[in-house]
Amino acid sequence: MSTTPNNSSANGSISPHGGGSDAASAPFPPEHPFARLTRTQIDEIGDAFQRLGDDVRADLGEADALYIRSLIEFHRRLAALSRVVLMASRYPPAWLLGTAGLSAAKIIENMELGHNIMHGQWDWMNDPGIHSSTWDWDNVSPAAAWKHSHNYLHHTYTNIVGLDKDVGYEIMRVDPKQAWHPVYLLQPFYNVLLMLFFEWGVAVHDLDFEAIRKGTKSTSQLRDELLAIGKKVARQFIKDYVVFPALSGRRGFKQTLAANFTANLVRNIWSNAIIFCGHFPDQAYTYTQQEAADESRGAWYLRQLLGAANIDGGDTFHLMSGNLSYQVEHHLYPDMPSSRYKEIAPKVRAICERYQLPYNTGPFLRQWGMVQRTLVRLAFPGGKIRPKGAAHVEPPARPREVPTVPAAGGPIPAFP
Amino acid sequence: MHLARAMTTPLVPDDYLALINPAWSARELTGTIIEIRCETEEASTVVVRPSFPWPGHRPGQYLRIGVELNGIRHWRAYSLTSDPDHPEGLVSVTVKYVADGRMSPYFTRRAEPGSVVFLGDVEGEFRLPDPPPARALFISAGSGVTPIWSMLRELERRDALSDVVHLHCSRTADRVIFGDYLRRMDREQPGYTLYEHLTGECPRIAPAQLDELCPDWRDRDTFLSGPREMIDAMLAHWREHGEPARLNVERFQPIIGRGDAEVGSGGTVHFRVREVHAECDVGVSILVGGERAGALLPYGCRMGICHTCVGRLRAGTLRDLRTGELHGEIGETVRTCVNAPEGHVEIDL
Repeated sequence: MSTTPNNSSANGSISPHGGGSDAASAPFPPEHPFARLTRTQIDEIGDAFQRLGDDVRADLGEADALYIRSLIEFHRRLAALSRVVLMASRYPPAWLLGTAGLSAAKIIENMELGHNIMHGQWDWMNDPGIHSSTWDWDNVSPAAAWKHSHNYLHHTYTNIVGLDKDVGYEIMRVDPKQAWHPVYLLQPFYNVLLMLFFEWGVAVHDLDFEAIRKGTKSTSQLRDELLAIGKKVARQFIKDYVVFPALSGRRGFKQTLAANFTANLVRNIWSNAIIFCGHFPDQAYTYTQQEAADESRGAWYLRQLLGAANIDGGDTFHLMSGNLSYQVEHHLYPDMPSSRYKEIAPKVRAICERYQLPYNTGPFLRQWGMVQRTLVRLAFPGGKIRPKGAAHVEPPARPREVPTVPAAGGPIPAFP
Repeated sequence: MHLARAMTTPLVPDDYLALINPAWSARELTGTIIEIRCETEEASTVVVRPSFPWPGHRPGQYLRIGVELNGIRHWRAYSLTSDPDHPEGLVSVTVKYVADGRMSPYFTRRAEPGSVVFLGDVEGEFRLPDPPPARALFISAGSGVTPIWSMLRELERRDALSDVVHLHCSRTADRVIFGDYLRRMDREQPGYTLYEHLTGECPRIAPAQLDELCPDWRDRDTFLSGPREMIDAMLAHWREHGEPARLNVERFQPIIGRGDAEVGSGGTVHFRVREVHAECDVGVSILVGGERAGALLPYGCRMGICHTCVGRLRAGTLRDLRTGELHGEIGETVRTCVNAPEGHVEIDL
């Protein structure tokens, strides 16, 4: 994985996968896309995805800059307004309105802004205020730690069991390839806890419990990381649970504290739900380290495509999920502005159709339900790999029926 | 203040103040263009009112100035042509149109009063010594006259134009930036002699001509500003026939390595934080070159997706190893894993 990039391959000069003709070295079962596609086809897929990404990057400009700036401004206005409304939180309507506003603000800030800006999606603007190296988000997870565990480990080693620590976050069994342990019997229970306090899970995720247990992480590094989390937690607590409650006066202190706690809770539950739908629905492929060794650029794109799952929804839904409902597109192009995922989705689907690949998507409740079922089932030993999706077939575009207006000689096409 | 910070974390109070009035935010230094004055057909002086009290500068220094074009912020350095102590706190840079440039067409053709620019640091060691030299020679070519102009104005204002010779190369007389002003000084100031060398009629001033144009050049402090070939030639001449310490130079063009468009030239990298110097062969990324030189650098995916390895570019040109294209602007943050140096590169890492 850690080879030098060169001109011919964004992914390093690593030898391409043996698919089809070179079946002996391919560890995949015969129906697996990696086994079915030839090496040439995998290279073609890689080129097609590369071109698609390059086209969008070349097209980025003022409209994109306007989008992210407007959204940042909208978030700040909404957050400020909600905090002001919550100063009157001792009146229930104000509490409800303020809490709803603050919850929405925190969701937008964490997902469409924080997650995506820290991915470097907006670094091309060269604006120091909207840059992955300077941005920090409104939760207890320090930015640097998250960027390491997420941008690097998760997005590079996506769905490789043992390398991508987001496969179960080191505490859950979400894939039958993970060995069972009695502690997983408690999984359905602490799954609920993780849902409620997701930001804490994210905060400690990068500590790498396995390295701590094995003693491969130095004490000083661990101390620095804990200190960073501690500082962030302190700042967040003082803001949400001391200063703003105090601004609501003696009679509103508790109500505002409860409102802020609720807003954090809502944000945690929502982001947990969206993020768990990204890779844990049944159709998403996972990989062993052997399967992903010596990967070509095409194979890298293919692994990302097969390992992610989208959620269907409207524009507001996509915004509130930080466009992580376009998880497939996000994993193909982690640093492409999220606002462009919608426009490239049909082109990604066209590549899927051409090479008879699945394109994983489904309504929110179906994807989420599958994840929860898996979490309960895999708390117990065993479990088998769930059936994967069929090759994508784009539904035929429905011909638009031209409306007509009555005329003397019978109906004629309406104008305009 | 502490309270305001506690309320706005992880943002800062200025982020919210900017919602009411962008000028209230002190996060970034900005200025407003208030006038664009044509100096010649090709050059314009851009007058800017900074959003903050101007701290002053030394004549000859340059200003980093940023503009957002099509959503992307670009930075360039231009010589300051304004007086350091302008009574209204205004500053100006004088920009010459470059056909395939990005910023100069904006400043000379498209910018309008009211546009906002970002202001960076005042930098540059090319400036008048204090006290000013008794006998000086100024050599300039084209838009290289702009820092020289600032120095001459300073000398005139301090009544220190005791014995100054100025050799200036320009294609035609009407293309001499600040030509009218320099010619007036030539007429009115006995201590200032201007020699306009028009390259439309003969080649640019060569070192060998100095003995004829200014026979006592060896006894003067010389200030030279122009294209790279001219500077290289003059430097060689001073090393051989004069005192190199008395030649002060300003280079305007970045040093770009020569290489064919296919693979690039490779180059050298100076990691300014770690104080490591690395050499990168053709096609070797800054990251790998630095690691081979023993630097412990941040890295992640090593394929350009995770932005863990970014560092701020301070000088030089890069070749994107994925596209083969040349790019790189001073102050830009760049990914070291997918970029190779093209010539010499300075990076904050």
